[in-house]
Amino acid sequence: MGLLRKIRATGRVAEPAPPRPQGDVPERARELGGSVQVRCVDAGSCNGCEIEIAAAFNPVYDAERYGARLVASPRHADVALVTGPVTRNMAEPLRRTVAAMGEPRLVVAVGDCAINCGEFAGGYGVEGAVSDVVPIDLQVPGCPPEPAEIIAALRRVTGR
Amino acid sequence: MNAVGYTAVAGQIVAVTAGAPLLTGWMRQVRARLEGRAGAGVLQPWRDARKLLRKEPITPAGTGPAFRAAPALLVATTVVTAALVPLLSTDTPVSGHADLIVVVSLIALGTLALALAGLDTGTAFGGMGASREMTVAALVEPTILLSVFALSIPAGTTNIPAIVTGAVDEPARLASPAGLLAVAALAVAVLAETGRIPVDNPSTHLELTMIHEAMVLEYAGPDLALVELGAQMRLTLLLGLLSSLFVPWGIATTGSWAALAVALVLLAAKLVLLGAVLAAAEVFWAKVRLFRVPELLAGSFLLALLAVTASYFLTGAS
Repeated sequence: MGLLRKIRATGRVAEPAPPRPQGDVPERARELGGSVQVRCVDAGSCNGCEIEIAAAFNPVYDAERYGARLVASPRHADVALVTGPVTRNMAEPLRRTVAAMGEPRLVVAVGDCAINCGEFAGGYGVEGAVSDVVPIDLQVPGCPPEPAEIIAALRRVTGR
Repeated sequence: MNAVGYTAVAGQIVAVTAGAPLLTGWMRQVRARLEGRAGAGVLQPWRDARKLLRKEPITPAGTGPAFRAAPALLVATTVVTAALVPLLSTDTPVSGHADLIVVVSLIALGTLALALAGLDTGTAFGGMGASREMTVAALVEPTILLSVFALSIPAGTTNIPAIVTGAVDEPARLASPAGLLAVAALAVAVLAETGRIPVDNPSTHLELTMIHEAMVLEYAGPDLALVELGAQMRLTLLLGLLSSLFVPWGIATTGSWAALAVALVLLAAKLVLLGAVLAAAEVFWAKVRLFRVPELLAGSFLLALLAVTASYFLTGAS
């Protein structure tokens, strides 16, 4: 009963949807038609970006209302959200994850590390940026990027 | 008369097939609103299915016929069951074949096909999911059988349309202790069979806690669309069966067009209500640990056994 009272007192916590983000929709994303399944790949991140991705799917930002949903298998996924500089040990798993996804598939590099290795550039365990390992379609810059920016990138893919 | 019967069968199949994604979308929407979220909309499962049908089909290396046949078999068994079970009308051309044991076997066949597909992928999670699904199924199928037997004793038959017709004529059968015990047992069995909380979490991302999802991790594209549609149809069908057995009012017992139209509207209303109640209940419940699932299911089996016993001694004496 305490939970019921809490639900009634809290009401809706999702913030009103911001206007649709500017920028061109990637060509391959047009076929998806408002439904995008997302698989996160941590290729060596400090987990700052993971916290922001988790926040993007919480009740306040609610990325699910735009048709994006996190899934447990790359076979189910249309979009790979890759975070962090790609470490030597994660380069092959990342290639295999992207290869396991069915076409049409998109790769989104989230965070400065994923785009240009950021703080970790030149480290002995770093293979390179995400674009050195797999072709990428979208970038979300920031260290870490805000949940609103991650959602803006996902909305460009879902088109909602 | 015959035209109405065939229309009723076609209507049941179309209602379950087209209504299943809508019911799932409705349940997700109710859940989202209770959690303070905006929700993706009732039509989202249809958008997911449309997208999956457009995607590239993938057959993982090393998989065999069991993996390829399972999605079609799952949907086919559910369609046949939807034609048999009296969701709209008890007076259909196939109602003579709608035996309880046939219906439960068809549901079990779909479960078995998916478990074999999980084993066929050869991955650790596929095998783990299949073994867990079989553990749950071994406890759930007898419970479904026994709880409906409690209703079939007063009716004197295991034919489901006959049981439903009898209950419409004599509502006292449902208000008896046996009927109440049976509805509790069948409700728990339906939750377990369709992989809902507290037995399984349909939206989990943690492979170690998965049951149903672990078996379908390797499916992609159109095959995944079929597997998801099959799972959604089974939920719709079993909730429909539950409402047909215990809230049978409104189901057409004669071959008239007006009764059929009323039955269709009432079926939709019952499913929307049941779906909302289930989604709201899931917000309040947590998934139980896997090792406690057999305790929960054994409890529901015991309720079903008590229902049959009570039904035999209380109504069989007369």
